[in-house]
Amino acid sequence: MTLLDLMPFMMLAPLIGSGFVAVLPGRATPWAVTMLVCLSSAIIAAAVLAETLGGATMSYPFGNWPPPIGIEYRVDAANAFVAFLVAAMAAVTLLWAPKSVAVEIQGRHGTFYALFLLVVAGLLGITLTGDAFNVFVFLEISSLASYALIAYGQDRRALLAAFRYLIMGTVGATFFLIGIAFLYMVTGTLNMADLAERLPAMSDNNAVRAALAFIVVGMGLKLALLPLHLWLPNAYAYAPNFVTVFLAGTATKVALYVMLRFAFTVFGPDYSFVVLPLSTVLMVLALAGMFAGSWVAMFQIHLKRMLAYSSVAQVGYMVLGVSLATLTGLTAAFLHLFNHALIKTALFMAVGCVIYRTGSARLDDLRGLGRQMPWTLTAFALAGLSIIGVPTTVGFISKWYLVLASIEAGAWWLVVFLVITSLMALYYIWRVIEAAWFSPRPNGAAEMREAPLALLIPTWFVVSLNFYFGLDTRLTVGAARAAAGALLGDGGSAP
Amino acid sequence: MKNNGILRILARFLIPLILLVGLYIQFHGEYSPGGGFQAGLVFSAGWILFVLIYGLKRGLDAIPLKAMYVLSAAGVLIYALTGLAGVLLGGRYLEFSDLLSNPQAAQQAGIIIVEFGVGLTVATVAMLLFTLFARRRQMWDEVLDEQALNDEEDSA
Repeated sequence: MTLLDLMPFMMLAPLIGSGFVAVLPGRATPWAVTMLVCLSSAIIAAAVLAETLGGATMSYPFGNWPPPIGIEYRVDAANAFVAFLVAAMAAVTLLWAPKSVAVEIQGRHGTFYALFLLVVAGLLGITLTGDAFNVFVFLEISSLASYALIAYGQDRRALLAAFRYLIMGTVGATFFLIGIAFLYMVTGTLNMADLAERLPAMSDNNAVRAALAFIVVGMGLKLALLPLHLWLPNAYAYAPNFVTVFLAGTATKVALYVMLRFAFTVFGPDYSFVVLPLSTVLMVLALAGMFAGSWVAMFQIHLKRMLAYSSVAQVGYMVLGVSLATLTGLTAAFLHLFNHALIKTALFMAVGCVIYRTGSARLDDLRGLGRQMPWTLTAFALAGLSIIGVPTTVGFISKWYLVLASIEAGAWWLVVFLVITSLMALYYIWRVIEAAWFSPRPNGAAEMREAPLALLIPTWFVVSLNFYFGLDTRLTVGAARAAAGALLGDGGSAP
Repeated sequence: MKNNGILRILARFLIPLILLVGLYIQFHGEYSPGGGFQAGLVFSAGWILFVLIYGLKRGLDAIPLKAMYVLSAAGVLIYALTGLAGVLLGGRYLEFSDLLSNPQAAQQAGIIIVEFGVGLTVATVAMLLFTLFARRRQMWDEVLDEQALNDEEDSA
């Protein structure tokens, strides 16, 4: 078996696994099988990433039907990078899962983990496929499963949050589907490489313009780009902690990847960014998202909501890198895509530890907790440094590349915005640190013990990754640059 | 609704036909319009009509809730493992031509098996969704009955 034969099993392993896990009894077995599946997925993803970093493209025809007729998986550095992120994050967050899921989900866990595997399979399918309609199918698989996962939340508001996400997510997916239908109407093909070949001849066609607009808006919804972000805060706040930890690191990133794949590979940068004003639109929305997200986060009293709004702001950073439409800008976007996954996962894990012990994510209940749960809150503080962008953390690396890209594009004034939003991040992280370490524990508040090691070890593992990749950037920057290069390619003719 | 004669006679006439049409769409899906998804929905519609007429309890006697869970997972597995057979025989995922000695017959057989998996999952999931909502309604009715009883006791 060659690596090419194994490559689709990155997605197929979770898909097949979910069928078995769904009927497994008890709690430990479903988790163990899920872990095994996600680990094998992550290992394949790592091997595929190593293979494609050199510029190779892997193509796997399903059912041995040659590509324009059959569905192909087409993987270059850009896909492989995002797929590796998703698979690795699934495995890492699963390490954290069992304790947290045990208190939040009643009864047997087979169905829960089966849904989780479906989300993983869907997200990986979206990233790997080279077929436009297949993207929609996997988008629906991952979205429907994640609505159900969010509805598992203990708080009754989780149902409403999941329902709202369902409505908005469906609107987004429908927009995306309409966009693909327009493309199919004018070109007669759904294969992305085929589309990329046929579209340049039709750049005058209004249907093609509408297609790009529909796809960008549809993915903007799944990505939580500013005016379309309303589903995100509640969905993240009321979902079970493990679900929040996983989705915060992966779901929006995959949506960003799809947007990039269509804007750069299918339509080509000349069309998306020169003929149509996508650059300006994205830049304005990104800056608005950075400000509004950080601003609202500064006043949240619910920790998970605060971090969710901070995610809206961080999506802004990624899209800002995209809007520059240069190699450095795209590198910064891919870099932040990876780094933000590490940062947000660490932060949500730390908050999850607090909730595990106190049962509350309110800022008031956190007062004086620093001395009782020092390891948890130190982890939060260190991950907080990363989101602010202090040197030696991954947050600094992403912002550094964003600054480089802005200056290179002659838009030095963007640096001012970056500094201001970083200060806003400093403020909302500081509020937590102040409450935890500098406020006295309220009288009569229960004595809390440190979070169990089963939660602390994965949390600290991700926190240490934040510093490791903050110091040794060869892997992340190299992979991000390769991914950006793959998207820009030779004028974006083939993925 | 089982006391309504017209409904009962009509349903007794229609339900077997609906199930038959479901199976027809299922097993002709590989070369005519149709396939597992549509067939599964039509088939489950027959069962849902049965439940609407004869009540949820008798419907669940025919297909218990647990069977629905197991069958819905089994359908996915039929699909996935048939695809895997292609890989094990040295081809690509979902490549059926090596399953039988005649490649055309093998393709047809592969599609029928895969579509059967789809149909099984779609039918049982549709039944499952209906059952979960119907049971909520049943639970709600019980709550209302209890309240009515309490009110009677209070007034008495």
